[in-house]
Amino acid sequence: MNATQLKDAVLEALYSVAPEAEGEPINPGASLRDQLDIDSMDFLNFLVALKDAVGVEVPEADYAQVATLDDCVRYLTARLPAAT
Amino acid sequence: MPSLGADMESGILIEWLVKPGDRVHRGDIVAVVETDKGAIEIEIFEDAIVAELLVAPDTEVAVGTPLARLDKVGGQPVIAAAPTPAATRTPPAQPVQVTTPVRPAPVQPTALQPVKAPPVQRPAPAPVQPAAEMRRKISPAARKHAREYGVDLDRVVGTGDGGVVTVADVEQWRGVAAAAAPAPIPPRAARPTAPETTAMRRAIAAAMSRSKREIPHYYLAHTIDLEPALRWLEGRNAARPIEQRLVYGALLLKAVARAATQVPALNGYWRDGAFVGSDTVDVGVVISLRGGGLAAPALHDVTGMDIDVLMTALKDATERARRGRLKSSELTSATITVSSLGDTGVEAVYAVIHPPQVAIVGFGAVVSRPWVVDDGLHIRRVITATLAADHRASDGHEGARFLAALARHLSNPEAL
Repeated sequence: MNATQLKDAVLEALYSVAPEAEGEPINPGASLRDQLDIDSMDFLNFLVALKDAVGVEVPEADYAQVATLDDCVRYLTARLPAAT
Repeated sequence: MPSLGADMESGILIEWLVKPGDRVHRGDIVAVVETDKGAIEIEIFEDAIVAELLVAPDTEVAVGTPLARLDKVGGQPVIAAAPTPAATRTPPAQPVQVTTPVRPAPVQPTALQPVKAPPVQRPAPAPVQPAAEMRRKISPAARKHAREYGVDLDRVVGTGDGGVVTVADVEQWRGVAAAAAPAPIPPRAARPTAPETTAMRRAIAAAMSRSKREIPHYYLAHTIDLEPALRWLEGRNAARPIEQRLVYGALLLKAVARAATQVPALNGYWRDGAFVGSDTVDVGVVISLRGGGLAAPALHDVTGMDIDVLMTALKDATERARRGRLKSSELTSATITVSSLGDTGVEAVYAVIHPPQVAIVGFGAVVSRPWVVDDGLHIRRVITATLAADHRASDGHEGARFLAALARHLSNPEAL
């Protein structure tokens, strides 16, 4: 999975918890929770959707490292299951 | 048309998920109705066969209007089975309206419709919702925006990723249209209701005004050491896959339910000048909707629910509330409500009771504070719990016992 595909997967997971945001522009460097008004339950649902799509599980202690869209892509890139 | 709240007068039938001849089972979703509270899925309360749909989609009808006629399974008109079994509780709602024109028994289907013997094997296909709707290239926010301003989306060019129509595109089109046409754009095929948000605001305004007009609230607050509960939770979550993680909100709900069982004067309704208690604790959870407004779906019998089951139910209700797809039974049955504004950082919430309930519990943010434990000073994570309760149904002493019980339960999370 390349960076673009990862970004798409992250967005897809986001839209599953914030359906009204689908298609709206997202600032890749700003906090997702602030931008989309996501609460802790939504955030957990987002991470579950992300795990289903990408296969990477984010432990609770790492939540600060997946705060923005860019953060997510970076975090996932470093941890993708060994593939291609 | 079922009443989905004390202040609901009418609803718009948006779509049928069943058709005549379909076999339906208690709890099936049969229709979607738009109300002041957003789109609500209507459940059916008995096993039956759909005989006739009485209301066409996109029609607004008053509460109490029959939406469909059902035949009892086996060919008898359902009217014989009438007085709505099951749904005994759920006080403020009228559970069944979805069905049987409840009238003595004059002209009934038998005469009109020689009830076709066991409907010839129609395998009652689960009404599959076309997923296409979700995939159309218009952002839901843009769709809503367009609806509010009467913009015909077919004319708007999408400039978002992959040609998605965004709010900005709708705005752009409105600008162009305003410049081109001197006359204002007529709202298209205007539905007889105001835009969603406004309608929801009105519903909230009505319920909250009634609350403050009729209910003599008293307020109590208690700051609770949440460190034991959070440590227990973190340890548990670290050892489990993400799907099984708990959020502390689930622990709070469980503790509220337990405490409400111990102080029953807070769990139930005030109706016709008297308090009516409830055997189960059905906790309404306030969920803020991002477009504005809120929903408060109820989780049934939380006291008896395993914490993992509770977490799943909470997750599910949150997701559906976000999507505007709550079920009719969820909106009418809460016996006590919880409002958490912790995610925003405020420390305490003094909430307004949802009539006809008699209590609402508020939780603020979890904050680290210097805290005395035994004889030492520690940094602990604490949360402020508040109770707003109806003084007609209970007194401050009972409210205080409730908050003390809540604190006790949270100090012993393993038992929740």
